[in-house]
Amino acid sequence: MATVLEPTVTPVPVVVDPGVLKRPKNPTGVWSWMTTVDHKRIGILYGVSAFVFFLLGGIEALLIRLQLAQPNGTILSADAYNQVFTMHGTTMIFLVVMPMSAAFFNYLAPLQIGARDVAFPRLNAFSYWTFLLGGIFIYSSFIFGGAPNGGWFGYAPQTSITYSPGHNIDYWVIGLLILGIASTVGAVNLIVTILNMRAPGMTLMKMPIFTWMTLISSFLILFAMPVITIALFLLMFDRNFGSNFFNPEAGGNPVLWQHLFWLFGHPEVYILILPAMGMVSEILPTFARKPLFGYPVMVISAVAIGFMGWGVWVHHMFAVGLGPVAISAFSISTMFIAVPTGVKIFNWIGTLWGGSLKLNTPMMFAMGFVAMFTIGGLSGVTHAVAPHDRQQTDTYYVVAHFHYVLFGGALFGIMGGIYYWWPKIFGWLLSDRIGKLNFWTWLIGFNMTFAPMHLLGLQGMPRRIDTYDESLGLDALNMVATVGSFVIAFSTCVFMYNVWHSKKHKVMAGPDPWDARTLEWATASPPPAYNFAEEPVVHSVDDFWHQKYSEDDEGRPVRRDSGTDPAEHDGAAANGSSGDEHADEGHGIHLPSPSYYPLVAAFGIFVLGYGMVYGRDAGVNYVGAGLGALILFVALYAWGMEPSAEPHDPDDDIPLLPDPEEEPALAAAGAAGALGAAPEGDGDAADSAGTEAEADAVTEAGTEPGTDAGTEPGTDAGTAPGTEPGTEPEGT
Amino acid sequence: MMGHPRRRRLTAATGLLAFLLVSACGKETLPQNTLDPQGPEARRLDDLIDPVFLVAGVVFVLVQGLVLYVAFRYRRRSEDEAPKQVHGNVKAEIGWTIAPAVILLVIGVFTVFTLFDISETPAGPGVVKVKVTGHQWWWEYEYPDLDVVTANELHIPTGQKIDVTLLSDDVIHSFWPPKLAGKVDVVPNRVNKMVIEADKPGVYHGQCAEFCGISHSRMRLQVIAHTPADFERWVASNTASAIVPDPEEDEEAAAGAAAFRAKGCASCHTVKGFAAGEVGPDLTHFAQRDTFAGAMFKNDERHLRAWLRDPPAEKPGSIMPDLDLTEEEIDDLIAYLDTLK
Amino acid sequence: MATTPATATTPDISAHTEHGHVTNTGLSNEKLAMWAFLGSECLLFGALISTYFLYRGKSISGPTPEDIYDIPYTSVSSFVLLMSSLTMVLALAAIQRGDYRRLRVWLMATALLGASFIAGQVYEFTSFIREGLTIKTNLFGSSFFVLTGFHGVHVTLGIIMLLSLWNLSLRGKLTQDRSEVVEIAGLYWHFVDVVWIVIFTVIYLIPT
Repeated sequence: MATVLEPTVTPVPVVVDPGVLKRPKNPTGVWSWMTTVDHKRIGILYGVSAFVFFLLGGIEALLIRLQLAQPNGTILSADAYNQVFTMHGTTMIFLVVMPMSAAFFNYLAPLQIGARDVAFPRLNAFSYWTFLLGGIFIYSSFIFGGAPNGGWFGYAPQTSITYSPGHNIDYWVIGLLILGIASTVGAVNLIVTILNMRAPGMTLMKMPIFTWMTLISSFLILFAMPVITIALFLLMFDRNFGSNFFNPEAGGNPVLWQHLFWLFGHPEVYILILPAMGMVSEILPTFARKPLFGYPVMVISAVAIGFMGWGVWVHHMFAVGLGPVAISAFSISTMFIAVPTGVKIFNWIGTLWGGSLKLNTPMMFAMGFVAMFTIGGLSGVTHAVAPHDRQQTDTYYVVAHFHYVLFGGALFGIMGGIYYWWPKIFGWLLSDRIGKLNFWTWLIGFNMTFAPMHLLGLQGMPRRIDTYDESLGLDALNMVATVGSFVIAFSTCVFMYNVWHSKKHKVMAGPDPWDARTLEWATASPPPAYNFAEEPVVHSVDDFWHQKYSEDDEGRPVRRDSGTDPAEHDGAAANGSSGDEHADEGHGIHLPSPSYYPLVAAFGIFVLGYGMVYGRDAGVNYVGAGLGALILFVALYAWGMEPSAEPHDPDDDIPLLPDPEEEPALAAAGAAGALGAAPEGDGDAADSAGTEAEADAVTEAGTEPGTDAGTEPGTDAGTAPGTEPGTEPEGT
Repeated sequence: MMGHPRRRRLTAATGLLAFLLVSACGKETLPQNTLDPQGPEARRLDDLIDPVFLVAGVVFVLVQGLVLYVAFRYRRRSEDEAPKQVHGNVKAEIGWTIAPAVILLVIGVFTVFTLFDISETPAGPGVVKVKVTGHQWWWEYEYPDLDVVTANELHIPTGQKIDVTLLSDDVIHSFWPPKLAGKVDVVPNRVNKMVIEADKPGVYHGQCAEFCGISHSRMRLQVIAHTPADFERWVASNTASAIVPDPEEDEEAAAGAAAFRAKGCASCHTVKGFAAGEVGPDLTHFAQRDTFAGAMFKNDERHLRAWLRDPPAEKPGSIMPDLDLTEEEIDDLIAYLDTLK
Repeated sequence: MATTPATATTPDISAHTEHGHVTNTGLSNEKLAMWAFLGSECLLFGALISTYFLYRGKSISGPTPEDIYDIPYTSVSSFVLLMSSLTMVLALAAIQRGDYRRLRVWLMATALLGASFIAGQVYEFTSFIREGLTIKTNLFGSSFFVLTGFHGVHVTLGIIMLLSLWNLSLRGKLTQDRSEVVEIAGLYWHFVDVVWIVIFTVIYLIPT
């Protein structure tokens, strides 16, 4: 995907007139990915990008561990170490776990609720490109003179211009603001999709549990992101325009930063973990052949966590010196958030109890999640013991704790999710044999790295130190942790080898390889662009399972007559391979068309970001910021004028361009010829992809349905997922 | 197929566990071990957490045991297995909601009691007051009632409560002597309090625990506890002003004193009776200290020489700059510093 | 995104209610998205207003609010902004009856009232700066300018949105069946007005 990331190929000069950018047509190739609005392709893009960032964040982790392997380490300078640990945290949280979850949200949520796409497909593309460019933006600081070095929590006044005069912190502030836009927009999109576009019959309490977690996470993002946005905004004003919010000399209160940051930061923890909980809650029942134990309780406990997550942030600040009353309140609230979490753990075990457990790779990762996350939860309870937290906080004990939550939890869940949904997304299975090696090395490496950190912290090793003295007696455990981190690195290589190997020796999956329970398994693997030929009608939780099985008198599942197997019904056209590109012709399904504008708008934000970073330099001013804002504004305006789906246009009956290189030429040609012809602001046609009535309206507007708009997206999804994204991980 | 690697894993795991236990027990080699409290304040925290660790350990064994048990017991043996479809069990779910809540409530009650206990400001005749100021990257200690100012090594009497007031001169730091107390942040524009107390004489190590910039890991500290009588003697020896060396008696030290002025040392450092700088540590009784520069380096000739040649090379970001001193000037300065007893 | 939520129309798969179970909210996707967005905005303004509150009376040096506020003047401009909510309602009513001429009149009136408010704010800012209060002066200056400026940017984006709608209507592209676009723009506009009432109360009326 390296070429895709290159922002310079964006056709910026032609944005002057909104109507100029001709609608992108390529069904395959780089440009089809850059202009796609298909939630499945965007999901894949999120996943691949997050994996690349995972490798970067992993390299940073290895550097940290190398530096700390021995006392008085000299691998990195103090400043380089501070950059590396800051970027490790920032990367893993904002550029790996969140977008990896977004990959699953995007790919799965519409499929699980039986929708054809998300509510706002172009907005979805915009979220992705803003995220990617935001990530590239932060990483570009390594090239332009130094990466952020104030820790992922960026405590003021260390991050103020007095103590961090370089541009390092500017990249961090502006970069996180950009990523915040991406997450918030994505959250709005998913909330609307899930609340408004569920299949007939799918009431909230019949939604798949993963979709529930998507919804709750999205609400948390929606309300948490603005809080950190303001914190960053104030810091940016302090740094760029001389305001005094975190300036102690003018009476500024550094604790304000901490309140704002952690008021975001703690819900953020649940933003990171709830998606993985959702994945595990789908995987365990499938391979236990039992429904999720206590589905309503699982939903309610997640909602409870979502609410309670807002009332515990001060437990990050027990050493700040707040009064005993405040600390008591937050100590108690923190203890009680463990209750719904504990309920979940016991319900997962209840799901497994008495089941028929198929211990394949996704199942092992999911069970690993339950075991490892429990450890993180228990150390979390010890943090809630506020007096003793004064010994724990800012030590490696905390580092151990949140790695058990975010690695032992989120990353175990995500790995399980990858192995579980891979055949749905790409049509072929990952090797289970290599997968088990992946799991065991992952589990051992993880525990070797992070279990010793509990002791290191209690034995007095603070966080964020680039060196420690041998007299502290911490060298042996540090060495064990470093060796463990290389086992994790090896495990990551095993995963990439698995992708390469399994792609070479493809075992086709068919629509429902796991005998699974939710709607996404009812359609072909990979699903056609339109997801479902017929809109599914839902009668119960795990509707797809109940279509396959009835229960006998003892409550055991009995397979229904295979003639009515819904998998065969819906998946027949696909027959276990990639989608048939003409399968949708008879249905008159009209899908949203690809668009350049999300990418151009995201690029505007990208330019705006650099403008803000360098704006305070003498002689630079905010010209770049103005340029970026202009690009953004023009792109949004053109976007507003462009209908979301294109009516058929006879002028477009030219051969589809196979070569992406020719695309700018086409756009330029369009600039000359198609000025007035662009279907600007054709509001009625804009509502598409849905009901028959709307599809008809489109038909009227453009004569001849189907030939163009109909087939194009079909070929998109049919050919590409098997090739391009599959080859990505091994190349990096 | 799985037998061989599993046995190896088991060996590795056992080895690791044994190793962890051994390293946990070797307490005397761990100068910052929180599990080895050496004063009532730290012990109170340890006493509170020990039962919590125990409860957590029980839950840990329970959950890990259950996961392993179901993995073996309910492993799928035939593809025809059709397990009973249990959708939930209200009684069980209420049970495992209430049980943890009750346990947590008990822990919570003890937590709150301890919290209010440790928040009390000590009073009485034996209490020693200390004002601790965090600087990038060293600690300043002022004893307001005793007219003593020192740096990095905090001297205290045993068996007496030390009422510590924490202030910051720049960014946020955190004062942490793990064997004597839990850490408390040192925040600009904020006055924080903590109490420390040591049972026995000795040197207790600690360091800054809040990320405070490039040399955060080089901002260390020591608390040196004396018997009350020794502490009195220490105070007495630290209240006097420094004696300016007489060129007749010690030519080198006198040259060093001159260099101290000429090279600008005096504009940043206080030497009572000689210089009154306010940026760096008070050096009036420098020769009494075992360490310098944030308790990083041993106070001996070799380390002082390296430091005076180029402080930022020894300690990244050091606010004390490289003064371009000649070797002769360094010799003189070291001789002078040696007189500051 | 804030500039064009009304015009960024997208597919709407709704009307699932006929199957007897409610599987949507009954709101269109666009309107629901606007509500969600405004929910998020509440926390943005909430965090800023809290910051202002925290720093009330904490400035080390002057000028203080008492030195500098001209409450009658700001009350008038606040009233102007409040009136724009009324004209916004009238604009929506006009398009719902298909009265496009009045729609344009009321849209333009709303935009102009908003613009008067912004003009008033610009005047207020310049007069404060003349009297020695800038963003750099003290905590009060920092929190005042950032909070009210942030709100001013919201009003400005709203004006751009209203003028875009006016322009669409002029070209005959804003028809009665798309009145929801005006309604959604109105939601945003009313929100910005309500936030101003809160800001006005908190920073001008409640004494320190």
